[in-house]
Amino acid sequence: MRLIYFAWVRERIGKTQEDVDLPAEVKTVADLLSWLRTRGEQYEHALQHPDVIRVAIDQEHVDHRERLEGAREIALFPPMTGG
Amino acid sequence: MAPVVPVVRVQPGDFDMAGEVEALTAGRTDIGAVVTFLGMCRDEEGRLSALELEHYPGMAEGEISRVAHEALARWPLQGLTVIHRYGRIAPGENIVLVACASTHRRAAFEAADFLMDYLKSRAPFWKKEFGVDGREGEWVEARESDERAAERWQR
Repeated sequence: MRLIYFAWVRERIGKTQEDVDLPAEVKTVADLLSWLRTRGEQYEHALQHPDVIRVAIDQEHVDHRERLEGAREIALFPPMTGG
Repeated sequence: MAPVVPVVRVQPGDFDMAGEVEALTAGRTDIGAVVTFLGMCRDEEGRLSALELEHYPGMAEGEISRVAHEALARWPLQGLTVIHRYGRIAPGENIVLVACASTHRRAAFEAADFLMDYLKSRAPFWKKEFGVDGREGEWVEARESDERAAERWQR
């Protein structure tokens, strides 16, 4: 599964994107955020306030209860500031 | 009447507002009102030399299109153009254009207002500030008031 990061999430994690194999117990967006935080200091720094992290699955906004099965591309980013 | 196809562009380069309005209304005799919104880069009282706009390619276009189609479903519009730039943008330059054409002004005003509120809270763009010394500054923080503004359109 491909993870993509934007803005300060990208800067703090130090990667634009990565491919990961998720453990079976990671079923929802909330699970994914918790699991990523265990992967090192940079992830912990980026995701220390998971409530503010916005998530898109296959380029559509989802909330943290959304299930991950079937997802190809999951993007994590801060609240948007376009316009 | 043929369904309206919104014009949606996400691009690094500038756009010409007058030209876009002309394209929206060319050959039409049924349009009575065009409302445009032009969002520009400001220098925050001399503090900034530029904004860098990051975007999520693909989703940016997709999300703007979704919002555009929602506007078309809610208001009787004859045409709709949304252009959003990304990359380095200096104070005084254009960032975003929304142009709505309708028979009467009310629909055009409301649709433009709705589109901007929704773009602010849903289109995947992020602004980073650059100071007048050229140094990289902070990411612009999302405003609670923008979130509230989008919520007022929910029904």
